Amino acid sequence: MSTATTTEAQDLAPVRTESLAELLIAKERPRRPSALSTSLTFGWRAILKIKHVPEQLFDVTAFPIMMVLMYTYLFGGALAGSPREYIQYLLPGILVMSVVMITMYTGVSVNTDIEKGVFDRFRSLPIWRPSTLVGYLLGDALRYAMASAVMLTVGIIMGFRPDSALGVLGGVLLLLVFSFAFSWVWTMFGLLLRTEKSVMGVSMMVLFPLTFLSDIFVKPETMPGWLQAFVNNNPVTHVASAVRGLMAGDWPGADIAWSLGWAGLLVAVFGPVTMRLYNRK
Amino acid sequence: MSSKQSYRGPGSGGLAIETAGLVKTFGDNRAVDGVDLAVPAGTVYGLLGPNGAGKTTTVKMLATLLRPDGGEAHVFGHDVVRAADTVRGLVSLTGQYASVDEDLTGTENLVLLARLTGHGKKAAYSRAEQLLDAFGLGDAASRQVKNYSGGMRRRIDIAASILNTPDLLFLDEPTTGLDPRSRNQVWDIVRAVVGHGTTVLLTTQYLDEADQLAARIAVIDKGKVIAEGTKGELKASVGAGSVHVRLRHAEQRPQAEEVLRIALDAEVKIEPDPVALTARVGGGAANGQGAAEQASRALAELARTGITVDNFSLGQPSLDEVFLALTGHPSDPEPPSGPGAPQDLKEAEVSR
Repeated sequence: MSTATTTEAQDLAPVRTESLAELLIAKERPRRPSALSTSLTFGWRAILKIKHVPEQLFDVTAFPIMMVLMYTYLFGGALAGSPREYIQYLLPGILVMSVVMITMYTGVSVNTDIEKGVFDRFRSLPIWRPSTLVGYLLGDALRYAMASAVMLTVGIIMGFRPDSALGVLGGVLLLLVFSFAFSWVWTMFGLLLRTEKSVMGVSMMVLFPLTFLSDIFVKPETMPGWLQAFVNNNPVTHVASAVRGLMAGDWPGADIAWSLGWAGLLVAVFGPVTMRLYNRK
Repeated sequence: MSSKQSYRGPGSGGLAIETAGLVKTFGDNRAVDGVDLAVPAGTVYGLLGPNGAGKTTTVKMLATLLRPDGGEAHVFGHDVVRAADTVRGLVSLTGQYASVDEDLTGTENLVLLARLTGHGKKAAYSRAEQLLDAFGLGDAASRQVKNYSGGMRRRIDIAASILNTPDLLFLDEPTTGLDPRSRNQVWDIVRAVVGHGTTVLLTTQYLDEADQLAARIAVIDKGKVIAEGTKGELKASVGAGSVHVRLRHAEQRPQAEEVLRIALDAEVKIEPDPVALTARVGGGAANGQGAAEQASRALAELARTGITVDNFSLGQPSLDEVFLALTGHPSDPEPPSGPGAPQDLKEAEVSR
């Protein structure tokens, strides 16, 4: 807050009661907006927040670049002979891993935002209740799309060559749908836990095993049987395989179906729980 | 003290708010403990009480933000639990802290709410502009609300609340923390809003604020309504104010106390300062006498008995005196009685 604004109170323009009166007489009560319309309006709010605080894009730009660089050069030589070889396999997976990891910031921002007075106003509006959170996640989907674009650009510079442009788009789209669904886990924790720190802590506990114990870095065939059982049924494995397949120009139908199935299940379970917590908050 | 306003709107026949035995508990703490209210439509109704009395909790239940644990509440005849959505279409809430998004600009905040209440894009922008102009915020329209001064925040907050001219507006301590000038401006806005038929439920800790704006007042303490009535009725029960006297000689105080007690027919309070005394004037026993008249008679009486008065003042009753008169105990704001039992929701939220 600058000093210029604190002295503002003195020379604040007076309230124009006559124009206020005109506004009050025009008792406009427009029709109740649709669920889609209010969700998109809340999505617009999320975009405005990005516009006003662009620093928050750090996690969807610098972090993904770091992930690609780190893992490609760290494991590339050992696992695939050279980083250039390895990135063909790794990039779709690391894309999934980074975006899924970024979803936890949804929980953190819901947790800090929900305490603000403006949520009392939102909750006293006659609108479709989940639209506040859906709008949130729509704004986040935009962030995930940015992260994806950044990573693909860096990957292509480093030598990643996808076989199908359409497949790349399809892969990113599938990832966005899955991440949107997965974010409901974090909106739940964001409402359930009291502090930002605890949200972060829980996120790490869930995200590390979920992303590392997948087929993102290595093929599951080299793992012990019990671990293969987990890895092969991990939703992140399905999404990573589907995205990898799509970018390679294939149609991995089963993995796509599994990914969408998981997405549907996540929304069906965590959506209502989130809304229950939201209504009770 | 002005007593000219009595905002009787066209719909003054019906009740805007009606509650019966409203209860809300947080753990062991009965934050609202059986509140009965009947708020006539088209008026300002004051809910007066100290911090933690249950004002905010009551408002939150009426605005459908909290579910009552007992009793019933109706807003324009609609049940706040069963017909919550209908109620939300009729009310608007201005919380104790800014109920606007601090990261967004003034325009963005109003456009957001206009869109959420069904205005088209163009209509939303023009409505936002008109409101900002009327509230004298035209120059600050494109600045983030977090850079607004306290008075500006209150204005944008109220502007957001009257965007669609609600039938019932909740103003939760609208002037707490404002300088006297901004306070007067908020009062002007409230008068303008009520002048157009909106009912206002105003919570406040300040007796003079309730006195300035409200037609009827309910005094609330520890989750219960302890007095209710028009301003006149309430004042008659409390007394119009108190006279503070400072004597020149401390040893004359017992004698002065006796003289004042008889002259004013009221209890005299011994102050910590050894030469000071305070007594209520204009109370029930005043028999229609003005407070000033009563006080000057008492001072003359002191002079007649040879007690030297250094100085004196006649003050309006403070909230503390109102409480003393109504409950026999001062309005000491209780600290929250534990982490699970927030007296006033806001405290609990801030400490998280």
